[in-house]
Amino acid sequence: MLGKLDWSAIPFDQPIPLVAGGVVLVGILAVLGWVVVKGHLPYLWHEWITSVDHKRIGVMYILLASVMLLRGGSDAIMMRIQQAVSYQSQGYLPPEHYNQIFSAHGTIMIFFVAMPFVIGLMNLVVPLQLGVRDVAFPTLNSVGFWLTATGALLVNVSLVVGEFARTGWLAFPPLSGLTYSPGVGVDYYAWSLQISGVGTLVAGINLVTTVLKLRTRGMNYLRMPMFCWTTLASNLLIVAAFPILTATLAMLLLDRYLGFHFFTNEAGGNVMMFMNLIWAWGHPEVYILVLPAFGIYSEVVSTFSGKPLFGYRSMVLATMAICVISFMVWLHHFFTMGAGPDVNAIFGIASMIIAVPTGVKIYNWLFTMYGGRIRFATPMLWSVGFMVTFIIGGLTGVLVAVPPADFMLHNSMFLVAHFHNVIIGGVLFGAFAGFEYWFPKAFGFRLDERWGKAAFWFTFTGFWITFMPLYIVGMLGMTRRMQHYDVAAWRPWMFVAAIGMAVLTIGVVCQVMQLVVSIRNREALRDRTGDPWDGRSLEWATSSPPPVFNFAFYPDVRGEDAYWEMKAKAKQQQFEHAEPEYQDIEMPRNSPTGFVCAFFATIMGFALIWHIWWMVIVGVIGAWATFVVFAWRDHDEYVIPAAEVARIDRANLEERRHLVSLAGTV
Amino acid sequence: MAITATAGHAHADPHHIGLVVEHLGPAPKRIVTAYGFWVFLLSDIVMFSCFFAAYAVLVGQTADGPKGSEIFEQRNVAIETVCLLLSSFTCGMASIAADVRNRLWFYLGMAVTCVLGLAFLSIEFREFADLVSRGYGPSRSAFLTAFFSLVGCHGLHVSAGVLWLLTMMAQVFAKGFRADILRRMMCFALFWHALDIIWVAVFSVVYLLGGAP
Amino acid sequence: MNLLDPQGPVAVANSTILVDSVFIMLTIVVPTIVAILGFAWWFRASNPRAQYQPDFVYSGRVEMVVWAIPALTIILLGGVAWIGSHQLDPRAPVPGTGSPVRIQAVSLDWKWLFIYPDQRIATVNSLTVPAGAELNFQLTSSSVMNVFFIPQLGSMIYTMNGMVTRLNLRADNEGKLQGLSAHFSGDGFPEMMFDVNVISPLAFPDWVATTAKSDQVLNEDSYKKLMQQSVERGRPIYRLADPRLFDMIATQHIPPGPGPQLTSDAGREHSGEHDAR
Repeated sequence: MLGKLDWSAIPFDQPIPLVAGGVVLVGILAVLGWVVVKGHLPYLWHEWITSVDHKRIGVMYILLASVMLLRGGSDAIMMRIQQAVSYQSQGYLPPEHYNQIFSAHGTIMIFFVAMPFVIGLMNLVVPLQLGVRDVAFPTLNSVGFWLTATGALLVNVSLVVGEFARTGWLAFPPLSGLTYSPGVGVDYYAWSLQISGVGTLVAGINLVTTVLKLRTRGMNYLRMPMFCWTTLASNLLIVAAFPILTATLAMLLLDRYLGFHFFTNEAGGNVMMFMNLIWAWGHPEVYILVLPAFGIYSEVVSTFSGKPLFGYRSMVLATMAICVISFMVWLHHFFTMGAGPDVNAIFGIASMIIAVPTGVKIYNWLFTMYGGRIRFATPMLWSVGFMVTFIIGGLTGVLVAVPPADFMLHNSMFLVAHFHNVIIGGVLFGAFAGFEYWFPKAFGFRLDERWGKAAFWFTFTGFWITFMPLYIVGMLGMTRRMQHYDVAAWRPWMFVAAIGMAVLTIGVVCQVMQLVVSIRNREALRDRTGDPWDGRSLEWATSSPPPVFNFAFYPDVRGEDAYWEMKAKAKQQQFEHAEPEYQDIEMPRNSPTGFVCAFFATIMGFALIWHIWWMVIVGVIGAWATFVVFAWRDHDEYVIPAAEVARIDRANLEERRHLVSLAGTV
Repeated sequence: MAITATAGHAHADPHHIGLVVEHLGPAPKRIVTAYGFWVFLLSDIVMFSCFFAAYAVLVGQTADGPKGSEIFEQRNVAIETVCLLLSSFTCGMASIAADVRNRLWFYLGMAVTCVLGLAFLSIEFREFADLVSRGYGPSRSAFLTAFFSLVGCHGLHVSAGVLWLLTMMAQVFAKGFRADILRRMMCFALFWHALDIIWVAVFSVVYLLGGAP
Repeated sequence: MNLLDPQGPVAVANSTILVDSVFIMLTIVVPTIVAILGFAWWFRASNPRAQYQPDFVYSGRVEMVVWAIPALTIILLGGVAWIGSHQLDPRAPVPGTGSPVRIQAVSLDWKWLFIYPDQRIATVNSLTVPAGAELNFQLTSSSVMNVFFIPQLGSMIYTMNGMVTRLNLRADNEGKLQGLSAHFSGDGFPEMMFDVNVISPLAFPDWVATTAKSDQVLNEDSYKKLMQQSVERGRPIYRLADPRLFDMIATQHIPPGPGPQLTSDAGREHSGEHDAR
């Protein structure tokens, strides 16, 4: 009846996951209880859960990423403590637990923190920057989000029901095959990624179509803000790379469930094929993450320097070059597998070539600052911190792309330090910069600058204290994923790294405090103009938070930095142009399709993991039925009457005019 | 579509190209939907290419089991191919019928497509069942693993297509030729034709190349 | 285990390339970081002496330079990579004094087996080699993937079941080194460190002779016992019954090692891991 599931699946003998899981469960129940008691449930349902508004979905993506960042961060803290205390001892985490933690840490941080964070920001901002009212497929957008959430949920369920993979975040066979990992851990891993992978693919298709087919009048390709370009590149990569992940995991699952022989030792399976396939996805994946971050830095540096982006066309070219080349370098993840010298050298050089457009980007940001009037608000701090940090990450990246150097550094702590250097220093700093930069747009009030700056400085220093020692132990021969070690020379550095982790943690606490303090002081921090940073692109042309339809009219774009030019023109004319004729606006209706579909996907995923076949069938039929019901509905849009549009738009314009007149003629 | 050319802003254009073709604004829904579906199909083809790659890698790994030429029956494959190619034609007929809102021809076209799809599936199913019964299931060797996965993946797509087809017919029956249903019909037709293209590749790579002794 | 304290020619070459590449890159990275901090500081809004140039958005010359600098660096490094990859190919010969020593390494769950087919001996978790001689490694795995790595001798290489990888090394100085597995292979993975004893070429035959007197014999049966998941704390030595043992492992005539023993169908139970603690 319940497949492999029975009481032994719950780790009663292991206090850490049980207590952690218990606390989280109590927390979730408490929040749910509060929501129900306070009568917020209908609001939550109508305004958020069933919302197909790209801004709301973007916010939910970011919320998911933030929560999962805390989960993945706890894993990181546990690992750093373990390695600090496990010199010639077992530490406090037995291997089967430690191995689950590093696997979960990697999986969560990449798939459920970095991915939803950047996808959330793209969702929130790109339609606004393009001057349109929504993404191409609003309901599908909601489906994508909820499927991602399903994946995250399944990973967390594994904490208390069963186990998570103990194979590392890429689950290399044959270790991840049924013979060597007979438990449900790898199944949790694979099914959560399959389900959330579908969500990511949907988001990718959606955003590609949005950027290519939905742009306001005059928004030619070479007038799009840089963030839109990087979004396009990143989502093209999603569309081209995620199917590879889906296929690869499908093969692994076929091996595990039906006795196929893709990657087994027996009957001619080929583990090297897994390596090739997973990295053919895995390498583009890092550019999927970092390209949107590059876009964010471009926006932030330009805005806070008070200048257009330097070398815009060069930046576009660099972005698209990275997009293409990133598919030609995957083999550098296993130079040490015995490929011939020609192959190694070609892939090594191809990997280095990516450093060229990336370097160009750094220089263009540098020259954007040159001759600027730089305001060091929190987003700008993150950006400058990024540039300094990322260059070092780039240096070590090019270093490990040199095959002979990689022959000594492959899989070492040096490598661990390198990819944290680029992912934290590149993606996470970018996500934080974007978060601080666009938060006022999403919620209508700014974030507290003092806590924000404290968060930056603690995170920045904490990062360096944590990861520089890892570079050093890597040079001392330490390899990754060691539950304990007997080499005395590594020990002091692991202590330093643990201290760095403590500083990083303070940074995260500051970030949380910033949110709490800002929400308390939201009236004082209110952004009435819709343009708190003196922005340049169209998202600042509407109010904060924007009305559901974003723009009363499709803005007319006449050049790069569309809103900057509008502002300049408006100041000349002192806002004295005739009021336009408002019209009805049709917007897509909310739909619970995404939520219901994800509900069935969760059931299906859980049932597949535990081999509860009847429940799998329920899940599949449920998901299909959900789509049929969705397809059957008669009204998929509702109308916002012209009078309402006019009221909202006039209020916004009035506010702006008022503020400009208060400030005198600027 | 009319294209208006206006003088571009020299400021934004360091290369002074001068004339800039102004983008006209968001595309209509029909275009957007079809475009998005095309992008999906491309991603689906990428997924198939992984199974093709796996097949190419594993085709020689027979683990002392049968080779392709020993188990493929060209006659069945030929019938399958004819079914699928014909179904693409009838699917096209159904699409045209939908565009001109002719219910009879629409139902007829879809029904024939469905029957041909089911015929294809049943032949494939019999082939698979026969192989398994002879002990040549996917667990026999890596070659058979890759064969069953690649061909089976296409078969799963066709099955999903048939389910979609029936849903489409029911929708037209219940709701008529609404704009959104016509958009879905367009996507379905694209999907069905794409499966045909993939089958041509499967047919060539697996059965033609692999059928040679 | 310091990578910058190499004890053999391969490691010397690897670490030289490593250090050289870092310096090549530092020559542009350091000025760039200085420029970032300098520009950011000088052009701060509160600096009245900084000139605001909002129209400085494009300069062909600057573009030229910013594409050229990374490109030239990469051309230089690409040359290093191309030459290095060929010279330091793991399979490339590493000439040494005396006759080469053939060593067949098998990664087991969670220990290393070293077979000396010509000397007809085998050791576990302890590799003894003569200084100065070329070491020809053939490597495979009994089950999951591992990576064979002796940091101070250079280049690492994967071990995979059903496949043989090759690696040539040389140790120049007598002494004790350490090796490890550099690819995660399960619960006992941290226990896969092994000793490397580099002894004088004159002492090597003596060591071989002593080892050959071991009362433990390595044959198919004892190998099958050895490849069960376990952690080996000692340094067992064996007489080798059949010099073709390695080929039988690599060609899967001896099937791959078993995984953990399941005590129940539910997800959690694995007995194998208890050995690791």
